[in-house]
Amino acid sequence: MRRRAIGVVLSLMFALVAAFGQSGGELKFFVHSDPKTFDPLAVVDDASETIRYLTGGVLLRVNRRTQQAEPELATAWTIARDGRSITFNLRDHIYYSDGSPFSAEDVAYTMQRLMDPALHSPTGDSFRSGSGAVHTKVDSATRVTITFPEPVAGLDKLFDQVAIVSSHSNNKERAALGPFYIADYKPDSYVLLRRNPNYWRRDAAGRQLPYLDSVRLGIQPNRDIEMMSFRRGEIDLINWLDSEYFERLAAQSPGLVHDAGPGLDSEQMWFNQAPNAPIPAYKRAWFRSTNFRRAVSAAINRADLSRVVYGGHAQPAAGPVSPANHFWFNARLRAPAYDPSGALRILQQEGFRLQGTTLLDREGHAVEFSIITNAGNKPRERMATMVQQDLGKIGINVHVVTLDFASLLDRITGSYNYEGALLGMANTDLDPNEQMNLWLSSADNHQWNPRQKSPETAWEAEIDRLMKEQAASLEPVTRKACFDRVQEIAVEQQPFIFLVYKNALSAVSATVANASPVVLRPQTYWNIETLSLRVQTASKH
Amino acid sequence: MRKLLRHLAAMLAIILVGGLLSATLVRLAPGFDVDEEQLDSRLSGESVAALRQARARDRNIARFYLHYLGRALRGDLGESRTLNRPVRELLAQRLPVTARVAGLGLLAGWFCAVVVALVATMARRVTLDLVATLLAAVFLSLPAAVLALLFVFANAPACMVIALVVFPKVFSYARNLLAKSYDSPHLITAYAKGVGPLRILLWHVLPVTGSQLLAVAGISVSIALGAAVPVESLCGIAGIGQLAWQAALGRDLPLLVNLTVLVTVITLATNWGSEIAGQRLRMGAA
Amino acid sequence: MRRIRQLAWLLLGVVALSSLGAGLWAPADYAMQFREAPNSPPSHEHLLGTDDLGRDRFSRVLYGTRISLLMAPLAALLSTLLATLVGGVAGYLGGWCERAAMGATDLFLSMPWLFLLLAVRAMLPLNVAPTTSVAVTFLLLGVLGWAASARVLCAGVRGLRNSEFVLQARASGLHGWRLLAVHVLPNLKPVLLAQFWIAIPVFIITEANLGILGLGVSEPLPSWGSLLREMESFASFGFEAWKLVPLVLLVLVVSSFQIVLSRDEVAA
Repeated sequence: MRRRAIGVVLSLMFALVAAFGQSGGELKFFVHSDPKTFDPLAVVDDASETIRYLTGGVLLRVNRRTQQAEPELATAWTIARDGRSITFNLRDHIYYSDGSPFSAEDVAYTMQRLMDPALHSPTGDSFRSGSGAVHTKVDSATRVTITFPEPVAGLDKLFDQVAIVSSHSNNKERAALGPFYIADYKPDSYVLLRRNPNYWRRDAAGRQLPYLDSVRLGIQPNRDIEMMSFRRGEIDLINWLDSEYFERLAAQSPGLVHDAGPGLDSEQMWFNQAPNAPIPAYKRAWFRSTNFRRAVSAAINRADLSRVVYGGHAQPAAGPVSPANHFWFNARLRAPAYDPSGALRILQQEGFRLQGTTLLDREGHAVEFSIITNAGNKPRERMATMVQQDLGKIGINVHVVTLDFASLLDRITGSYNYEGALLGMANTDLDPNEQMNLWLSSADNHQWNPRQKSPETAWEAEIDRLMKEQAASLEPVTRKACFDRVQEIAVEQQPFIFLVYKNALSAVSATVANASPVVLRPQTYWNIETLSLRVQTASKH
Repeated sequence: MRKLLRHLAAMLAIILVGGLLSATLVRLAPGFDVDEEQLDSRLSGESVAALRQARARDRNIARFYLHYLGRALRGDLGESRTLNRPVRELLAQRLPVTARVAGLGLLAGWFCAVVVALVATMARRVTLDLVATLLAAVFLSLPAAVLALLFVFANAPACMVIALVVFPKVFSYARNLLAKSYDSPHLITAYAKGVGPLRILLWHVLPVTGSQLLAVAGISVSIALGAAVPVESLCGIAGIGQLAWQAALGRDLPLLVNLTVLVTVITLATNWGSEIAGQRLRMGAA
Repeated sequence: MRRIRQLAWLLLGVVALSSLGAGLWAPADYAMQFREAPNSPPSHEHLLGTDDLGRDRFSRVLYGTRISLLMAPLAALLSTLLATLVGGVAGYLGGWCERAAMGATDLFLSMPWLFLLLAVRAMLPLNVAPTTSVAVTFLLLGVLGWAASARVLCAGVRGLRNSEFVLQARASGLHGWRLLAVHVLPNLKPVLLAQFWIAIPVFIITEANLGILGLGVSEPLPSWGSLLREMESFASFGFEAWKLVPLVLLVLVVSSFQIVLSRDEVAA
């Protein structure tokens, strides 16, 4: 009897410890710069985006694991047949961190501010489907309708990025509906977020979330120091880990690193096809030749790039969308096979010939060009050097020039004084509309030949048509078919020579419970409400 | 008094020219008109154009500089483009940090350099001189980036990195100047007459080499400030050096002009101070 | 001391010959990527292991020595000559000329020359030959590296200007450049040698850092600076002794320069 009583007491104690051990504590990790703004509607940089994610309340949230939209502040939503408006039913009895009530008026206020043309925010611009004002109609305290001038494709998931700002609070920017609120900010040092006492969400047992008391975001631009701090136990996670650091950390503490598989980001190179670029006409002719680009693509050993540069934590890339994007990835596409002999055959069809170890074009010019990339990004520098060697095998002389980012940007968007460039694409959104300004021939970010008055090639005209068609359609099947075809054209024509999809690598301390890193941003703290710190002494990793 | 006023006027002229020159250099460098945010493919054409226009505001350097001077007279040093904060606030927060790190590093570097140079010279032993030369060569040959990372790893103070950057340079000058001085005939006579080493150092060596050593002291401040840029960036220290690097990469014109003016003031003040001290030393020796 | 100086000359000779004969001694081309063995430790095939792209480190050290050993001393010589010209003449003439020159020197020390380097890179064609890029880089370093020692030289010349032996030389009819060159500058040899000696490793390291601006030695050419930068991984990834070889080599070469250039010391 006594033994049984002791057993019951001990079990209760363990349960209590487990319960309390799963709440409280301060999660610490680094952001790599001071946040540029605390206004959630004007977010442009990573640090501000992190704070928005942790403090902002959104109407719906794209579950980072399932990639499906789930209700948050909105319990349900309906998109009108014409795709121009969306109606939200909102939760009742919700309050901001400062005690002010949340209602449909706040949603209306937020959208009016977001769509102000003077704001120029990427979040706001994602909603811009045409000229004309956005109208909001508050039907009741818990129902609001937002109407856009033109249909907006993928409308609902865009609200994942819209943190609802209070229309009544005295401190509009900082009154939070999310799991945390901004408690303190010391420039160049840290941002401290504390638990929102009015957060509406509860766990299955009815306990109010989040479990954590606070989150401390240290401001640390240096990734070596971040790595060292993690190993010392001074921070609890590294949201994005370089493959080199991943390997070293894995060798010492394999349980702490996570490779979630190919992420949304890709690395690619392209040639300058702008007609007014200050490059010799014969070079422009090479770059504009589809066969030349296909040959260069075939001559690059993508498997080696993945293995040598990323230690196997990358995958040869086919097109602009990685397999991480479950719905939009075109599974029929394959990365171009490494085939230098095939590359030479293609080039010979175009009149190129190999003289000794030098490739000459039909006019006798030695094939030689430069590739610019941003200095300080070691994987890109290494990839550029490997591409240099690969193309050297088919007689192409490549000069690798590393530039500081501003100089590089000046060349690719201002002076167009470059030949080849090697950069990456950081995709935050799953929907192809995010890439509209990349694929439209008239757009600024149509890197190889931006701001065309009318499409200069038939395939660019086709891409324009397909992108506009998918943007105007509300049917996922139609949109998918259009964008699949865009991806196929991209692989056929190789305006971007996609090299690799980088894996989403992260590190999480053993003291963090319920962590489940994924490929979508933010990889490690996407489920921040349910993260907790285990009650144990953090040891050196 | 007139001489002092002339000196101050000359300093002011140099500072004003320095500010304009640095603004011109920044303006002429590629990447002035561009903003990294342009690459966000979600931005509309109008937003990209607005970003470009914001940058183009400061294209006219003369107009920018005149406005800057007018505001500076009222205590407003402008706003940093990259950090969206008043420059005055940034400098007020970060200057003491750099002053502490660079100041301690300079003192430590000088102390080690002078002590090692003196020991190597006065002892007149080839082995000691060789060891000192090798030591200086090691620290000259180690990139500041490597030193900084090693010190961070070892949890050692960052000012020691600056000390190790300053040490071999000051040692090299000091050792050569002292060696030449100790080889001069009048010192050999003094030794022969039994004058003690401390007296020789204070009465016969320092007065001769002092003005050049003081000139080295002046330039070592510039060396320390230069070293602060990589050291602060790599050690994660929020000082002026880290700020300067971020401002340079972001072509942050208001911040860069203010930082140049600040560095010019410090350089002029230290070099002028070392000149005056050198003059006094020569007059005292005479 | 004489024996040590002989050893220093021998070392410099061996290093120079090895680098000139890199084509003979190097087991592999400096650009050859052994992609099956990146970051490998020393072995029979690769005496100093391979770098992160699988390139033989020993070959890269040999070839890199050529560039750094030739260009850095030339750039150091250029900066020393410029410092002598500005500091020496200013200190000798004195008065407003000295004040103006030193004011300009202080201004030069304060300027963010990074932007001049960026502008130079922007003006150069992207397809510039590697040798041209290297030459332009070291030329720029030489042209921009004179200011600090010009101040020290000026102070030295100022001190000697009214010394007895200079006054005697003047009285005997020696003036201007001859007086400066024959009587004043030789007494400033310690400062000139210090400047030259410091500049060599500083320029080697700075060349590697200029890669961020698109200047410096471009891939796949190696340089001591780029090899030294591999050591940055020590703090994060742990100590790998074979990566120290470029540092040891540079220390020995720099020390040898100091020894062969310094005056004879009389051992106690």
